[in-house]
Amino acid sequence: MTRQVAQKLGQALLVLLAAFTVAFVLLQALPGDAVLIKFLGSEMGLTAEQIAELRIAYGADAPVWEQYLHTLGNFLRGDFGYSIRSGVPVAQLLAENLPSTLWLALLALTAACLLALVLALLSQLEGFGWVRGLARSMPSLFVAVPVFWLGIMLIQVFSFQLGLVSVIAPEPWEELVLPVATLAVPISAPMAQVLIRNIDAVFGEPFVAVARAKGARHQWVLWRHVFRNALPATLTMAGVLFGELLGGAVVTETVFGLGGLGGMTQQAVANQDVAVLQAIVVLSAFAFVAISLLIDLLMPLLDPRLALRPAGAS
Amino acid sequence: MDSAVRLNPAATAASGTPLLAVEDLAIRYVSGGASRRVVEDVSFSIAPGEVVALVGESGSGKTTTAQAVLGLLPANGMIERGAIRLDGTDITGWSDRRLSALRGTRMSLIPQDPTTSLNPVRTVGSQIAEILQIHGERDRGRIRARVLELLARVGLEPAEMRAQQYPHQLSGGMRQRVLIAIAVALRPGLIVADEPTSALDVTVQRRVLDLLDDLRREDGTAVLLVTHDLGVAADRADRVVVLRQGRIQEAGPVRQVLAAPRSDYARQLLADAPSLATPRARPAVPATAGVMLKVAGLTQTYPVVGERGRVFRAADDVSFEVRAGTTHALVGESGSGKTTTARCIAGFLRPTSGTVEVGGTDVARLSGEQLRQFRHKVQLVFQNPFASLDPRQTIGQIVEEPLRNFDPVPKAEREHRVRAMIGRVGLPDSVLGRPPAALSGGQRQRVAIARALVLKPRVVVLDEAVSALDVTVQARILELLDELQRELGLTYVFVSHDLAVVRLIADTVSVMRAGQVVESGPVETVFHAPAHDYTRDLIAAIPGGGGAAGKAAQ
Amino acid sequence: MSETAIPLRAPRSLRLPPAGLVLAWAVIGLVLAWAIAPGLFAWQSPLQGVSGSQLAEPSAAHWLGTDGLGRDMYARVVYGARESLLGACLAVTVGLSFGTLLGLVAGARGGLVDAAMMRLVDTLLAIPSLLLSLSVIILLGFGSINAAFAVGCVSIAHFARLSRTEVLRVRRAEYVEAAFGSGGRFGAVLWRHVLPNAMTSVLALAALQFGSAILALATLGFLGYGAPPPTPEWGLLIAEGRDFLASAWWLTCAPGVVVVLVVLSAERISRSIGARRT
Repeated sequence: MTRQVAQKLGQALLVLLAAFTVAFVLLQALPGDAVLIKFLGSEMGLTAEQIAELRIAYGADAPVWEQYLHTLGNFLRGDFGYSIRSGVPVAQLLAENLPSTLWLALLALTAACLLALVLALLSQLEGFGWVRGLARSMPSLFVAVPVFWLGIMLIQVFSFQLGLVSVIAPEPWEELVLPVATLAVPISAPMAQVLIRNIDAVFGEPFVAVARAKGARHQWVLWRHVFRNALPATLTMAGVLFGELLGGAVVTETVFGLGGLGGMTQQAVANQDVAVLQAIVVLSAFAFVAISLLIDLLMPLLDPRLALRPAGAS
Repeated sequence: MDSAVRLNPAATAASGTPLLAVEDLAIRYVSGGASRRVVEDVSFSIAPGEVVALVGESGSGKTTTAQAVLGLLPANGMIERGAIRLDGTDITGWSDRRLSALRGTRMSLIPQDPTTSLNPVRTVGSQIAEILQIHGERDRGRIRARVLELLARVGLEPAEMRAQQYPHQLSGGMRQRVLIAIAVALRPGLIVADEPTSALDVTVQRRVLDLLDDLRREDGTAVLLVTHDLGVAADRADRVVVLRQGRIQEAGPVRQVLAAPRSDYARQLLADAPSLATPRARPAVPATAGVMLKVAGLTQTYPVVGERGRVFRAADDVSFEVRAGTTHALVGESGSGKTTTARCIAGFLRPTSGTVEVGGTDVARLSGEQLRQFRHKVQLVFQNPFASLDPRQTIGQIVEEPLRNFDPVPKAEREHRVRAMIGRVGLPDSVLGRPPAALSGGQRQRVAIARALVLKPRVVVLDEAVSALDVTVQARILELLDELQRELGLTYVFVSHDLAVVRLIADTVSVMRAGQVVESGPVETVFHAPAHDYTRDLIAAIPGGGGAAGKAAQ
Repeated sequence: MSETAIPLRAPRSLRLPPAGLVLAWAVIGLVLAWAIAPGLFAWQSPLQGVSGSQLAEPSAAHWLGTDGLGRDMYARVVYGARESLLGACLAVTVGLSFGTLLGLVAGARGGLVDAAMMRLVDTLLAIPSLLLSLSVIILLGFGSINAAFAVGCVSIAHFARLSRTEVLRVRRAEYVEAAFGSGGRFGAVLWRHVLPNAMTSVLALAALQFGSAILALATLGFLGYGAPPPTPEWGLLIAEGRDFLASAWWLTCAPGVVVVLVVLSAERISRSIGARRT
């Protein structure tokens, strides 16, 4: 059992290392010299010697593989380098910006799960054919809506037209309610889709017919048989969506002018500040891998067939 | 009223009224805008304690009828007219709410496929307990006691351990026992058993049916037994209702229908059922015929996952010889190694050790281009005619493909050969341009046979080639195989789990179990004087065995 | 299966396709026509504003109103189709060709090649798609072609994973084994059986990714990494309209609705392709 856990852990670490490598190749090795890009073109009027000193200071004069090992070592120690633009340590920037983004993402994920659940339950409503139809067509609509546009529309309707949510000097909840809704809607759609599809599929399974032959009614079957079986795949989906969630958070923060990873990312891209972007990429890959691993390890609790060592003999 | 039903389930065994009466039932399915009637004018009744078998082939409406009785038709099915009376009360118009009070208490279900009929994420015990909870039992101690009692009653012991196991930890036969325990838990008056053993091995099938028989006798329960197998009906039922394409062909006491069927269809079904048919005399094999296929010491092992050094022996020192122009059968239950052996012969698997000589060449040593050329000589026909034909090709393309793989044959010649072969397997020219989806199961298997024969092979390996087909279709395919063998001098290796079918087509047989050949010899010898206990077991388990023996004695 | 079946109406294949699907094709057709010949649909210039008619509400003269520089919004949306569709096509082409090739090789070869390629795909999927495309954009620089290429790169992993699964599914199919059994060579079997049967799902994904690419491109355009102003690009149009959120709702509303409709249609078409899988 511990061997299988160790194996999964090893795989996760491997993916993480590969993600770091991809980020390094894209952002550090391929573009060549970030220091040159930054200072040669600028009108600071630095002399060739000054640039050379800077290059040594940033470690940009070493061969690529040495830089790779050096950067990897730094990352492992939690040192993500310095922002090329501002000179501030990236770790410090992250510490300032990460919490608000995580908070937003967490709230949005919760809201998305609730929304997906409500849609899935409505899709199984007895009677009310039109409600079922509506609940089933909502996810397609939700995925088709651009996150940033949804945010703008929500501001338009709730702040400007209805005046329900103040944009000037908002209360803390007012500041978050629209961003969370903006982010939750597109994330809920794939979850709802998977959940609805799985519930439908499980309803067609022979064991559901057996449960009904026992005298169980619709609600009983739905809650005691169908739901438990439809859940694991949905949970996996939620894990996969984490990446979308982070990307969506970046966009949402931009739309609502919230501070956080979003602004940081935008600044980094605008200024070609590769060190910052590299840290963000590796960090989000780390979060993704950690969540996938967690779900992987939780799965046997939901589905005994995946149990690492079956108890008792068959 | 519900509570009265609950408290006194078997109260209405009053003489005269049948327990279940189905009257003029008509059922219609609507799908994608098209609507079709699948059951029409079906009437029958079941007295308390009686076993009535609904017998029919696929599309006969037997399962639909059974589902209608339980009120569990699929969402797109509806009862058009007719009545289903349980103890004299018509329940056809009842709401799902009212019906659900009857299900489990007054009538229950034993489903078709035990592997998918239990919820995979809940323990066996909780799934038995559920039927008690649904119908109002709240006392945990009493529920637990009853669950253990039921498990013991269906022979799953130690009951405490079994109750805590998940379905995937039990074998198919054990799972079917759990489902039987659920069905009998509240002592219903009627059990609907929908092909309860079709997915199980013959020997397991017999034990499960015996168990069901014992339990229903003790409780005085009536059974509506849905089956495609006239042999099972002959063994287990009091009366039989023969259905075809939604209509009743014949109904009556089982003995009467078997001894003197009145309808053409019942006669046909009886003649085609392998377990009830009298074996045709096969032409004697000329003593001069040489050995076409020689398998010697064939062994196939796989490493056991998770356990280093241990190997699983799928085939273990298998040896036999087949003379040219004869049929050799490999018989066994699931896991016996018969399919592994067949795949080694056809060159799909390279055995771990041993030799497979076809006309002097050792297949086991071939690879690459040599193996490809060898496929001229040996062809395999797969079990499932729905999976072995590419859905995107036309029938013409499918049969033509083998010809394109070898020496270039001019297009006109290829077309001529394809047409001739399609005609030879009894299909009209018009199928050539159609996709496999437009053909029935039997027609598809004919196409698969045509594809195998178009290269003029010497040996054809038939891997459960008729098992997925209806009895009457199966009989026609067996006849076709017989004709082709005599005309083309083919040698067959016939893999089957069904001893009755083997008796109809094979000259010699190897009985396999757990990778080993336990007995080998001419078919009639093995049948009449089996040397091994396992063979005896298998023969005794053939459904309809009693009936067939009775008929033979007459 | 039963032959007594009494068909009341014509079988499904003879009936008209569902209305939603027809509508979806109509939307895609119209937008394609916009992209190919925008001049046929819009009479005003998308770039040249008319002074004095800034921020005009939708009217007969300006169906979707005008923006802050007096440019006709309808014309800008119509001309924007070219930018968005071209970008989406490029992105899907990149993802489809590289991804399918990767998946095909991995699925067909198996073993170490497969394991290595799939770990790479896992890695690409572990990085949020927006961040991955931003990394590619940093490398290549801003601009519409680069943005499209970045979006395409991100979808490579999705195509690779799906085509590998499909190839494995089809390879295990009995008809493929039967094709080998009748003497087929590896290449011939791959070409005749595996590819055609595996492609349907991949095509369905391509249609779906077409919609996602439009969304992703609009997002990049909105963030300012796509086509530079004054190019009419749907994402950029919405970004520009943001400044007039309180006064001119039509500036943000119209292009957004067009994006939603196009993406919805792509999804519907994708579903209809997927349903044909056998």
